[in-house]
Amino acid sequence: MEKITQLTSATIVLAIDDVDTDQIVPARFLTTTEREGIGAALFADWRLDKDGNEIADFPLNAPEARNRKILVAGRNFGCGSSREHAPWAIHDFGIRAIISSEIADIFRNNSLNNGLLPVVVDESTHQWLLSNPGAEVTVDLEACEVRLPEGKTVSFAIEPFARHCIMEGIDQMGFLLQSRDNIEAFENNRPWNPSLNV
Amino acid sequence: MSGKSLFEKVWEDHVVIPETEDTPAVFYIDLHIIHEVTTPQAFNMLRETGLPVAHPDQILATMDHSTPTVPVENLEESLDAVSDPEPAKQIRAMVKNCEDFGIELHGFGSEHRGIVHVIGPEIGATQPGKTIVCGDSHSSTHGAFGAMGFGIGATMVGHVLATQCLLMRKPKSMAVNISGEFKPGVGAKDLILALIGKIGVDGGTGHVIEYRGETIRNLNMEERMTICNMTIEAGAGAGMIAPDDTTIEYLRGREKVPQGADWDSAVERWLALASDPDATYDKQVDFDVSELEPQVTYGTNPGMVVPISKRVPNPGDNLSFKKSIQYMQVEADKPMLGTKVDVVFVGSCTNSRMTDLRAVAKILDGNKVADSVRMLIVPGSEAVKKKAEQEGLHIIFTAAGAEWREAGCSMCLGMNSDKLGKGQLCVSTSNRNFEGRQGPGGRTVLASPETAAASAIAGVIADPREILGELHDQANGKVN
Repeated sequence: MEKITQLTSATIVLAIDDVDTDQIVPARFLTTTEREGIGAALFADWRLDKDGNEIADFPLNAPEARNRKILVAGRNFGCGSSREHAPWAIHDFGIRAIISSEIADIFRNNSLNNGLLPVVVDESTHQWLLSNPGAEVTVDLEACEVRLPEGKTVSFAIEPFARHCIMEGIDQMGFLLQSRDNIEAFENNRPWNPSLNV
Repeated sequence: MSGKSLFEKVWEDHVVIPETEDTPAVFYIDLHIIHEVTTPQAFNMLRETGLPVAHPDQILATMDHSTPTVPVENLEESLDAVSDPEPAKQIRAMVKNCEDFGIELHGFGSEHRGIVHVIGPEIGATQPGKTIVCGDSHSSTHGAFGAMGFGIGATMVGHVLATQCLLMRKPKSMAVNISGEFKPGVGAKDLILALIGKIGVDGGTGHVIEYRGETIRNLNMEERMTICNMTIEAGAGAGMIAPDDTTIEYLRGREKVPQGADWDSAVERWLALASDPDATYDKQVDFDVSELEPQVTYGTNPGMVVPISKRVPNPGDNLSFKKSIQYMQVEADKPMLGTKVDVVFVGSCTNSRMTDLRAVAKILDGNKVADSVRMLIVPGSEAVKKKAEQEGLHIIFTAAGAEWREAGCSMCLGMNSDKLGKGQLCVSTSNRNFEGRQGPGGRTVLASPETAAASAIAGVIADPREILGELHDQANGKVN
């Protein structure tokens, strides 16, 4: 996984509330058994017409959006299904942070496992970002700060261990594997057995 | 010190290593349910890292999402004839993954195959006090038993496969206190839709919900599952109900529950999970069902819902709202009642169990599905299918002109061959009315099995109370 400590980019703005993971990657693309290639399905029904041509006024289709790393999205982004294909596809597009006033729980966890930063900011900062597409913004993971133009800084909260993993470019599995002795002790001391074979 | 809630008891029972400021808790998972869609990448990861599956005996594996539901004699042999190539490839990958990693698969031909959240309870693998995960957000369903069930992504599926644990921070808790008695023709699905409408599709974010109160106690397990199932549509990962006699009676004698003396001690342990009287919650919501009507959604998330006799709200300047009702081709200030219906879908992990099928049969019996409507009735599992056929429900369904299909997720999510066409409107007993959820360009109206059945007959969105005779009786003063 790539290390991230700080991102600076102009923003892409998708000013729609409650964007669900069925929009981010429609279910018909979930038949793949691979991680690769999901990016092509990103927002398929909003980004592409029925012939597969890009719809000009969709924000991710703007030519300048291609190199941008920060997506500002409406409230409750990523609600719905647990498909990890959603953060995979967003990451494949080149986006590394999503800023909103609220990000759905499962999507947030899935993003943290894939080096995609879920950044939740206060309502007024969110409103300002939604109203100023293309604003140059820095997401500083080390300081847990978003820096806006003209020197304004707002802090954000992020789960400390996920932050550590992203800053070091490591996945969370290592910590679980190191805990194997504790897990085994827990299993041996349980008053009942969860095996399906009993 | 205050007492503990059901959720707190289950949480504390599963903490392997407590959380600290720097690190989340190592949290133990009792039951891992897996299906063909959200596991291939996790199995690939195990292959790449050389890790084995820690506990194959704590995995319940089946195939449901991308499987065809076309009624054929042998789905395995007919797979290529009735499925698109990609889903068929995914189904075969599931068979191989389970073989390679020593996991028992309830595949085609198994009497236990079915929708993940239907078969877990059905075989008694879902039990009070268990932690249950699946790469599927509707894992909240299992909370109906006083288990803590929640959905996870593929990376976390890999974590559980390899270690039987997850890294987690303890969520907040929320009590939803439900009171009142349902009027005839109104039930669990209407309750959960109205509740999501009240608290919003993000009303439970960051929380585990506990549904409490007399109304809940009076519901059967299948109705409780409908409610817990849609908890995720309010943003909460898990929704729980304390185990009681109804829970115990449902589980008694099922294949995977403890037997003999172990059963007695399990029952004692399960009943002790109920929240202590002085338990506290981070948030409380009260909800009364006494005046509740059948509910229908009008927009593109489950919180955009109205009582069936009411009108679609006016969005004012809200752009997301406007976009949503434009997609639905619905007008503000007009009722949903009477809207033309193309397809009716009865099925999904929300409403595909015997309680649902019997409710639909009661309404369809002696009636005909409107000529302009295609109606699919899809049992949640092979066992539900068998039971429904034993009761002769399939004869009522087919005589009415509905299609009686093989078990699976079917038209809930448009990733098998059951899909809506562009612009088609479907009254659906499933859980999500997102844009294109049931097929690109399709329009979904979520409702109860009763409302779905009444609408199938009428050919338009219809109030089930009319066909059940309740409105008529009330008008004549026969009922309170």
